[in-house]
Amino acid sequence: REASVPQFGREQSGPASLPAEDVSTNSNGPKQDSLFDDDPEDLFAEATEEVSLDSPERDVLLSDGPSPAITPITPPTSVITPRIESLTVPVSLQIEEEEGGDSFDIHIAVSDPEKVGEFSGTFWHLRDKQDSSGTSLSVFKQGEFSVKRRFSDFLGLHSKLASKYLHVGYIVPPAPEKSIVGMTKVKVGKEDQSSNEFVEKRRSALERYLMRTVKHPVLLKDPDVLQFLESSELPRAVSTQALSSAGLLRMVNKAADAVNKMTIKMNESDAWFEEKQQQFENLDIQLRKLHASVESLVCHRKELSVNTALFAKSAAMLGNSEDHTALSRALSQLAEVEEKIDQLHQDQANADFYLFSELLGDYVRLITAVKGVFDHRMKTWQKWQDSQMLLQKKREAEAKLQFTNKPDKLQQAKDEIKELEGKVQQGERDFEQISKTIRKEVSRFEKERVKDFKSVIIKYLESLVQTQQQLIKYWEAFLPEAKAIS
Amino acid sequence: MMGYLSVSLQPRAVNVDLQTDATLQVDISDALSERDKVKFTVHTKSTLPNFKQSEFSVVRQHEEFIWLHDSFVENEDYAGYIIPPAPPRPDFDASREKLQKLGEGEGSMTKEEFTKMKQELEAEYLAIFKKTVAMHEVFLCRVAAHPVLRKDLNFHVFLEYNQDLSVRGKNKKEKLEDFFKNVVKSADGVLVAGVKDVDDFFEHEKTFLLEYHNRVKDASAKSDRMIRSHKNAADDINRIASFFLKVSELFEKTRVSTLLRWLCFVLFHLIPAQVKVEQLLMTDVSSHLLQKIEARVAADEDLKLADLLKYYLRESQAAKDLLYRRGRALVDYENANKALDKARAKNRDVLQAETSQQLCCHKFEKISESAKQELIDFKTRRVAAFRKNLVELAELELKHAKGNLQLLQSCLSVLKGDT
Repeated sequence: REASVPQFGREQSGPASLPAEDVSTNSNGPKQDSLFDDDPEDLFAEATEEVSLDSPERDVLLSDGPSPAITPITPPTSVITPRIESLTVPVSLQIEEEEGGDSFDIHIAVSDPEKVGEFSGTFWHLRDKQDSSGTSLSVFKQGEFSVKRRFSDFLGLHSKLASKYLHVGYIVPPAPEKSIVGMTKVKVGKEDQSSNEFVEKRRSALERYLMRTVKHPVLLKDPDVLQFLESSELPRAVSTQALSSAGLLRMVNKAADAVNKMTIKMNESDAWFEEKQQQFENLDIQLRKLHASVESLVCHRKELSVNTALFAKSAAMLGNSEDHTALSRALSQLAEVEEKIDQLHQDQANADFYLFSELLGDYVRLITAVKGVFDHRMKTWQKWQDSQMLLQKKREAEAKLQFTNKPDKLQQAKDEIKELEGKVQQGERDFEQISKTIRKEVSRFEKERVKDFKSVIIKYLESLVQTQQQLIKYWEAFLPEAKAIS
Repeated sequence: MMGYLSVSLQPRAVNVDLQTDATLQVDISDALSERDKVKFTVHTKSTLPNFKQSEFSVVRQHEEFIWLHDSFVENEDYAGYIIPPAPPRPDFDASREKLQKLGEGEGSMTKEEFTKMKQELEAEYLAIFKKTVAMHEVFLCRVAAHPVLRKDLNFHVFLEYNQDLSVRGKNKKEKLEDFFKNVVKSADGVLVAGVKDVDDFFEHEKTFLLEYHNRVKDASAKSDRMIRSHKNAADDINRIASFFLKVSELFEKTRVSTLLRWLCFVLFHLIPAQVKVEQLLMTDVSSHLLQKIEARVAADEDLKLADLLKYYLRESQAAKDLLYRRGRALVDYENANKALDKARAKNRDVLQAETSQQLCCHKFEKISESAKQELIDFKTRRVAAFRKNLVELAELELKHAKGNLQLLQSCLSVLKGDT
C-alpha cells in the first residue's frame, strides 16, 4: 500500500487532495461542521452523543467476574502497534501520574510503524514537553512532541467528534469506558494487582482509541483532533462527568432516541442497507457472546495457573517423602516442570486477554457506533419525509387559500412553500449524502476489521507457538529423568 | 439417551506392573453399561487343575467385586498381605446429569451446538466407562498375580460360577455397622501406631507410609482441581471456537471468513481434554497443508497422572492397613506376654495363657514375615508404576505439543503469506 501524505493547511476549509484510500471526503470535514453548528433547526445537534458511555454491555463488563487470585500481571512485552500507512507525522504523548506515584513513561506514536503509543488517565497531569524534530511534509506543526491528556479529555474529544460526524454517517471510534470502581481504586492510591491491571487495560484501550481515530482520514484532519494531539493547553471537557447533569441529559436523549427508532418505519429502497444492517445486528450478538466467552476463558486460565502451582508444590512434597531416590528426584523434577507450566498458563492468560478480549470489546463498541450511524441515516430519512409531508400540507393549505381573499396570507404561504421546497431538497441531498458516506465507511470499516483481526490472530497464534515450544522444552528435559528411574 | 453402552476391550494393566502368568490370566473382555449398573464380562484363561475348563467367562457386577474384596479383608489368614484395593463404584451420575440437562436444553440451542455438546458428553461418558472397567480389571489382575490370594476359593468361585452370586449390596444397617467399625478401627489404629516397633524396617515403613499416604492424598486432590480448571478452560475454548465459526459465517466470502475458520480449526485442535476436528472446517483450506488429523477422544494426559495418584492413594491405604494389622497383632502379642507373666506369677490358668501367648506369637510372626515381603513388593510395584506413568505422561505431552506446534506453524505460514 502506497503511503501518501495529505496536504492540509489549517487555514483552508477543505482538503486539497486525499490519500489513496477509497474514501473521498471532499464534501465533508470542516465545511459540514460549520453547517451543522449554525443550523438552528438541526434537531440532532444535541442528541448525538457518545453512545458507548452508557451502553448496556458496559454494565456487564464492569461487574467484574471473579478474579480468584491476584496473579502478577506483567504488561505485555510486545505492545500491539497498529500501523498507519497514510501518515508520516510522529506524535508522542507522554503522561504522568498525579500523586507522584510511578511515572509512566510511555510514548504513543501515531505514526509510522515502529513507535508505540500510550495514553493517560483522568488523573494524570499534562506536562509540557515538546520535542521538535524537523520533519517536513507534516500535517502537524512540529515533528515530534508530547502532550499530556486527561481521560476526560479523551472523552471530550470523542464527544465532539461524535457530535460532528456521527449523524453524517461517519463511524466515529468509541472512546474507552468510564469505570467508577476502577478509577476510585487508583485515585485512592491502592497499589495492587487489580489496579495495575486496570491502569494497563485503560492505557492500552486509550492507545487503540487514538490509533483508530487518527487512522480515519477524515477525523484526522478535524481541528479538534489536531488540537488534542498538539496543543499544550486544552480546555477542560466538562460535560463528560458520568454523574453530571449533562450525563443525565445524554441518558434521557438516548432513551428518546431508542423510542424514536422504534417508531420510524423506513421504506428501505436499498437492499444493500437492509442486508448490512441485518449483518451488523447478527455480528453484534455473536461478538458479545464471544467476548463473554473470552473473558470467561481468561478467568479460567488464571484459575488453572493457580491450581497448577498448587499441584506443583504438592508434587514436590510427594517427591520429598518418596524414599526411592531416583523416583524422588523425578517427582521433584515434575514439580518444577509444573511450576514452569503454571507460568506459561499465566502468560497465555495475558495473551488471551490483551489480544482477544480487548479487541472484541472494542469491536462490540464499534459495532454499536456503526449501528448508530445506520440509525442516523434513518433519522435523516425521517426528517426528509417530515419536510416533504409538511410541504404537502402547506401546498394543500395554499391551494385552499387560493379561494379565499387573503393575499398576504397567500404570499406568506407561498414563501413558506418555497422555503420548505428548499428544505425538502436539502433533506434529500442529506439523505443521499449520508447513504453514500455510510457505504464508504462500512467498506472502510470492513477492511480495517480484516486488518485488525488478522494482525491479532497472527499475534495470538504466535503466542500459542511460543507456549508449545516452551512445553516441548520442559517435557524433553523431564523425560530422561523419568526414564532414569529404576 | 444413554440407554446402554457396550465396549469391547483388550486386556491391559493400567497402573500396575504385573507379570503375565500363563497359569492364571484374568481380564475383562467386555462391559455393558445399563441404566444404573454395569455388567462386566470376566474372562479367565487358566492351566490350573481346579478349574473345569481352561477358558471361560462369567458376568459380574460391581457389588460382587466388593464382596470378593471384603472376603479377603475379613479372612484372618490374609492378615499379613496387602489386600489389593477394591475398585471404586462406577459413577456416571455427573455425566448422566449433564446429558439430562442437555436434553432439557435442547430447544434453546442450535442443532450444531446440540450435536457437538452431545458428542462431547458421550465421549466423556465413554472415558469414565473405560476407566471404571480398567479399575475393576486391575483389581482382578492383582489378585491373580498374588501367590497366595490367587488360590483363594472365593476367588475361584467368582471367576467360574456362571450364575449370579446373589450378593446384595449392604443394607442401611450393615452400612452403619461398617461406619462404626471404621471409627473404632481408626481410633485403634492411632493407638497401635503409637507403639514403637523394635524392628527398624517396620518402624521406618510406618513413618514413611503415613507421610506418603497423606502426601499422595494431597497431590491427588490438587491434580483433580487442576484437571477441572483445565476442563473449564477447554469448554471456553470450545465455545469460543463455535462463535468464531458463526462469526466467520457472517463474513461469508470475505477474507475474514477464512481467517476465522483457520482460528477455529486451531482452537478446536488445541482443546486439551478432548480433541475433535470439525470436518467442515477443512473445506476451504488448502489440503496439502493439513494432514489428516484423527479425532481423538479423551487424550487425557492429565488424567493419567491423576489416575495413578488415586490408585496409589488406595494402595498406600491398603499398605497402612497391613501395618495396622501387624501392629494390632504385636500389641496382642505383648498383652499375651504380660498375661502369661501374670498367670505364672499367680500360678493360675497358666496353660491357657501359654496357648494364647503362643497363638499370638505365631500370628504376629506370620504376619511380620509376609508383611515384610509385601511391603518390599509394594515399593517395587510403586516405583515401576510411577516410572511407566511418568514416562508415558512426558511422551504424550511431547507428542501433543509437537503436533500442535506443527499445526500452528502451518497456519501461521498460510496466514502470513496471505496478502
